[in-house]
Amino acid sequence: MDEYMLIFRHQDGSKLASPEQMQVWMKQTMDWIGGIAAQNKYVGGHGLSFDNARTVGHGGVVTNGPFGDIKETLGGYIIVKAASPDEAAEFAKGSPILQGEGNTIEVRRMAH
Amino acid sequence: MSQPDLIPHLFRTEFRKLTAVLCRQFGFEQLDLAEDIAGDTFLAALENWPYKGVPKNPVAWLYSVAKNKARNQLLRQQGFHQKIALALLAATSASTPELDLSEENIGDSQLQMLFAVCHPAIPQESQIALALRVLCGFGIDEIANAFLSNRETIAKRLSRAKEKLREENIVMELPPPSGIAQRLATVLISLYLVFNEGYYSETSDIVLREDLCLEAIRLTQMLIDYPPTDLPDTNALMALMCFHASRFPARKDAAGELVLYADQDENLWDQSLISRGAWHLKRASTGNAYSKYHLEAGIAYWHTIKEDTKEKWENILQLYNRLLQIAYSPVAALNRTYALWKANGKQEAIRAAEQLKLDKNPYYHTLLGELYLDSDRERSRSHFEQGLLLARTEADKKMLAKKLAAI
Repeated sequence: MDEYMLIFRHQDGSKLASPEQMQVWMKQTMDWIGGIAAQNKYVGGHGLSFDNARTVGHGGVVTNGPFGDIKETLGGYIIVKAASPDEAAEFAKGSPILQGEGNTIEVRRMAH
Repeated sequence: MSQPDLIPHLFRTEFRKLTAVLCRQFGFEQLDLAEDIAGDTFLAALENWPYKGVPKNPVAWLYSVAKNKARNQLLRQQGFHQKIALALLAATSASTPELDLSEENIGDSQLQMLFAVCHPAIPQESQIALALRVLCGFGIDEIANAFLSNRETIAKRLSRAKEKLREENIVMELPPPSGIAQRLATVLISLYLVFNEGYYSETSDIVLREDLCLEAIRLTQMLIDYPPTDLPDTNALMALMCFHASRFPARKDAAGELVLYADQDENLWDQSLISRGAWHLKRASTGNAYSKYHLEAGIAYWHTIKEDTKEKWENILQLYNRLLQIAYSPVAALNRTYALWKANGKQEAIRAAEQLKLDKNPYYHTLLGELYLDSDRERSRSHFEQGLLLARTEADKKMLAKKLAAI
């Protein structure tokens, strides 16, 4: 059993959602993670705040936020246990993040 | 209380106090000796009371006999160590410290004993057996019964634990303030397991099971009464125990059989224990950290509300979602799936249940049997049948047979 990181890529992190929409997403995310944890396959994870972010570029140039030139940004990650990349990808399919058009989840095996 | 009941009753309340105080005086490595002296004290009562009558103050009588026995033991030890003539010893007996059976010393000694017994060097199952023996005054047969084990296994477990106590030089003292949180964690786990053993045990002796739970509550109260251990986790554990224990009066029917949650008469739930649990849960909610006790206490709190509301099951589901992230267990996974059914509907619950891979668990099949009941009767029947094959208790077998008959 390997560990895989499921990395949430948001197409446009600056888009604002309504509080009601946020609440629905929150519940769906908690239910999604709970479902993985109920299989004893959840290792850990974090959301990444969009507020007060910095991007440090070549030569130490600091820009505010991850939304300079690129639109795509990271929203968070979870780490799961899976027997294969396909099983890890199955977990990813259940994520509410994928309801957002253009959003993707990158599945990467953790190197030891 | 009639005389035949009096001595067993006193044994349950006083044996542990005598053992703890004796241990404090003689040193923890002399646990066997302390138990012997405490046991001999009760033997003396059994030999005397039936013939001479029960003394006016039975507890004081026991304490005075224990004090004498302790003094004689100290004299023997001194005699052995110093090889002084008996005559000389008699003259020094005035300076022999008397066994301190004040309420304060009893409390301190029991608390120290709790920390010593739940030392991380002692294996978990031995901690529990030892705690039941020396802190709760349970007999070896009772412990064996509670664990569905036999006398020999428990006796061996106890003697190995005592050996370990000597090897590791574990002393009776409270951990220093800097180390108390870490040591407390081990103590809380043991108390949690003692409670669960009583609450979920497969042994049919309901009285014994309730005793285990009440003992766990009593020992947890000791930690609450001692300010350095009166911490959020301790209060969360206490809240959890109170909420569960509030259902004891409703959990058994006239024949002494277990009544399932859904069939319980909530008017029988003990409201004072529910309030006590709520008070501790409030005190547990200071600070930012939460433990599995907090989450389980939250789940138990929602179960004290009988009415099936969307809000109730949504809250329970979210608590299980978080609980499983920090402490997976098959029971929590199954209960989470049940809450998912109540909050999000059967179809989603079926999909989640099929992922659990708990094929050897009778409750897994019971849950799937329920989930498929109105969409796929054949599948429902097949799960109830598998559950029946795997069921371990008579109550579970009866319940599954009833469900099968109703299909």
